[in-house]
Amino acid sequence: MDVQASMNDFILQVEHLSMKFGGLVAIGDLSFQARRGEITALIGPNGAGKTTVFNCITGFYKPTEGMITLNKRDGSTHLLERLPNHEIPARANVARTFQNIRLFSGMTLLENLLVAQHNKLMRASGYTFLGLFGFPSYRQASAESIELARHWLEKADLVDRADDPAGDLPYGAQRRLEIARAMCTGPELLCLDEPAAGLNPKESASLNELLIDIKDNTGTSILLIEHDMSVVMQISDHVVVLEYGRKISDGNPQSVRTDPRVIAAYLGVDDEQVEEVLTEVGDEDVIEQLDTGPDSAHGPGNSASMMAGPVSDTVEHADEGERVTVSKGASKAAQVDARAAAIASKPAAKRSAAKAAPKKTVAKAPAAKAASASKGKEAAVKPASGKRGGRK
Amino acid sequence: MAVTVSPERDVVATPIQRAFREALYAGAIALGLFVLFIGLRTDQNINNELILVQRWALLGFVVIATAVGRFLYVGYAQPAMERANAEKAKAPAAVAEPGFVRQNFNKIGVAVLLLYPVAMVLAFGFQGSLKWVDNFGIQILIYVMLAWGLNIVVGLAGLLDLGYVAFYAVGAYAYALLGTHFGLSFWILLPAAGCMAAFWGVMLGFPVLRLRGDYLAIVTLAFGEIIRLVLINWREVTNGSAGVSGIPKVSFFGLVSFNVSDPNYIAKVLHIAQSGAYYKIFLYYLILGLCFLTAFVTIRLRRLPVGRAWEALREDEIACRSLGINTTTTKLTAFATGAMFGGFAGSFFAARQGFVSPESFVFLESAIILAIVVLGGMGSLGGIAVAALVMIGGTEILRELDFLKAVFGPDFTPELYRMLLFGMAMVIVMLWKPRGFVGSREPTAFLRERKAVSGSFTKEGHG
Repeated sequence: MDVQASMNDFILQVEHLSMKFGGLVAIGDLSFQARRGEITALIGPNGAGKTTVFNCITGFYKPTEGMITLNKRDGSTHLLERLPNHEIPARANVARTFQNIRLFSGMTLLENLLVAQHNKLMRASGYTFLGLFGFPSYRQASAESIELARHWLEKADLVDRADDPAGDLPYGAQRRLEIARAMCTGPELLCLDEPAAGLNPKESASLNELLIDIKDNTGTSILLIEHDMSVVMQISDHVVVLEYGRKISDGNPQSVRTDPRVIAAYLGVDDEQVEEVLTEVGDEDVIEQLDTGPDSAHGPGNSASMMAGPVSDTVEHADEGERVTVSKGASKAAQVDARAAAIASKPAAKRSAAKAAPKKTVAKAPAAKAASASKGKEAAVKPASGKRGGRK
Repeated sequence: MAVTVSPERDVVATPIQRAFREALYAGAIALGLFVLFIGLRTDQNINNELILVQRWALLGFVVIATAVGRFLYVGYAQPAMERANAEKAKAPAAVAEPGFVRQNFNKIGVAVLLLYPVAMVLAFGFQGSLKWVDNFGIQILIYVMLAWGLNIVVGLAGLLDLGYVAFYAVGAYAYALLGTHFGLSFWILLPAAGCMAAFWGVMLGFPVLRLRGDYLAIVTLAFGEIIRLVLINWREVTNGSAGVSGIPKVSFFGLVSFNVSDPNYIAKVLHIAQSGAYYKIFLYYLILGLCFLTAFVTIRLRRLPVGRAWEALREDEIACRSLGINTTTTKLTAFATGAMFGGFAGSFFAARQGFVSPESFVFLESAIILAIVVLGGMGSLGGIAVAALVMIGGTEILRELDFLKAVFGPDFTPELYRMLLFGMAMVIVMLWKPRGFVGSREPTAFLRERKAVSGSFTKEGHG
């Protein structure tokens, strides 16, 4: 019974989703849920696999493994990984927008919204045959579809430009039009791929209003990818954080915001700053150990970018069929974990360390040990792949 | 307009100096190009030996004409154009109310088409009107119909189809074979030919669904050639390159016949003098009716979801899929609908000619039809009709220009220059109007006012 209730509670359930491109694992064993009537945000640094997750949900990619379940309001359930691409919007009522806007630029705004109502109008026009002879049922459906389009144009504040070509709109308006077009399909789940990208603060605020309005008035659940933290923190009810195709955090915006792994991964914290982050978060062990120096023995150099170190560092090469994993040193979230583990094991390490060694080195040693221990697992694989590489 | 980008150093020179220099260059290039083309000509003498005829005077004339032309263009025409452009830029953009002709273009066009045979008969008499109604009227209208059919595939759905003539051939052979062997009437075989062509449209559509752009064009081109080669080689059925002859004439729904020997021959029924012109005039109105049918269906389809889906497919296929449009069936309906009109036109062609052979369905026909669609402006019916008039009418009228013989000598045959003029016309139109005669697009629905969408926003499709 309890399972049944929770089933209906979640509009989207992603379970053990994996997507591999050749040997590259873009998403590895990802599971998360999106609640009905909520805004769920999917965040993570560039290349974390957010858009790949979207493409799996909306059928543009077929996932290598895993199950994506969509529970509709009427109780029916669709397994999205099994539906053909175009049936996901048509039957499972999942609509999406694109990171690089994809409008029908040579068609007017109104036409864009009418194309979105294609399946409904097709049925009304008797699959073209009744419509060709001007049956009144089609005329009525056509008038209704124009009314729906007008409704969404008003919501998106674009009704004044209804008869202009979509390609003529400014960027922010194109984003809003794409959302309005997706809403015209009557979706239960709306997937937005970076809706606020390239918007100025004012446009971004009006976008927030539009999304809140959609959530409150249509009952459509929203899943969005976003880099703009103001949008994510203001409007989302639930946040899922990805890094290198794996989920590193999941929860409400406040808990995610303070999760050290998220901060390290998402905000691209340097190795040197990991402790600072932990301090800010309030990790007492770190505060105690503040005098220990930074560990420069491993991991990427001084890059403070969102990208985690040079590419050679992050992805091991593999030959055919072999799984490519991101080496542990690259994942900032993993570093935070390693660091925390190291600090926890500090007292034991202290005892075993040489008495003559200065305090700083002692503190560094366990951290390095912990890191090398995690690396050791890969080291076992490395020689094999190295040999293969040599054969080439 | 193509304006030569002058190098930096030319800025200091006066236009005349520059013109003089460029004229010299142009003359030198012309000399280099034409010295073997025009200066020397291979010929046979009485002993059947190959000899070289030297034509230095003609070569000199061409080179000098080129140089003078370049001189006039750079020295006078270019500065004048620049001045005119500058003035135009200065003057406020006057929004001229479109004239009467432009506003009522479609109505006037329909009226002219309906009255055309009547006017020709009044002007030239029954016998004299034959040429004008048949060679001009019917010929142009067949191409208008073909181009309107192809327009659905290329102009609306954005799928580049280089093998359209295959469907024309299917329609023509469907009528020719079923008409001669089973004696079925044109009015039964017209829809049958359309259905058969549509079926082959779907057959072509299936394998090319995942292809786009150049690849799609190549496969459709190959499809056109396959159909033609089958027609040539399947002798038992199609009679090979000898073709099918004795194709029955069209009757007026079986009520009035156009065969002199029949008891219900039109002249006997109406008690008028015998003439071949009645049949041609009848055929003219028949193809005109078929054209109107094509236009009506195209206009209606554009306002239906399937037509909008075609145009959306041309604009962005991925976005279409994200909106739940089944792109497979959408592409197939476009191929089938376009092919159906090709089939109609084909069966009409067979009925008009009374004879079909694979010679009529070569790649050049596909290219001409595609050229008409592109020149007219993809998606616009009016523009395509004008393009067909210019292209087909233009090449036909070359046969009439006997006065050119007086200019270029008695052995000048203007028909031979058809393709040259065809190419030149295309280059000129593409420079002058890169999106075709009618580059803008009529929206299919509007909230407040119908505003044409500029061609710069519409896409050509990716195949």
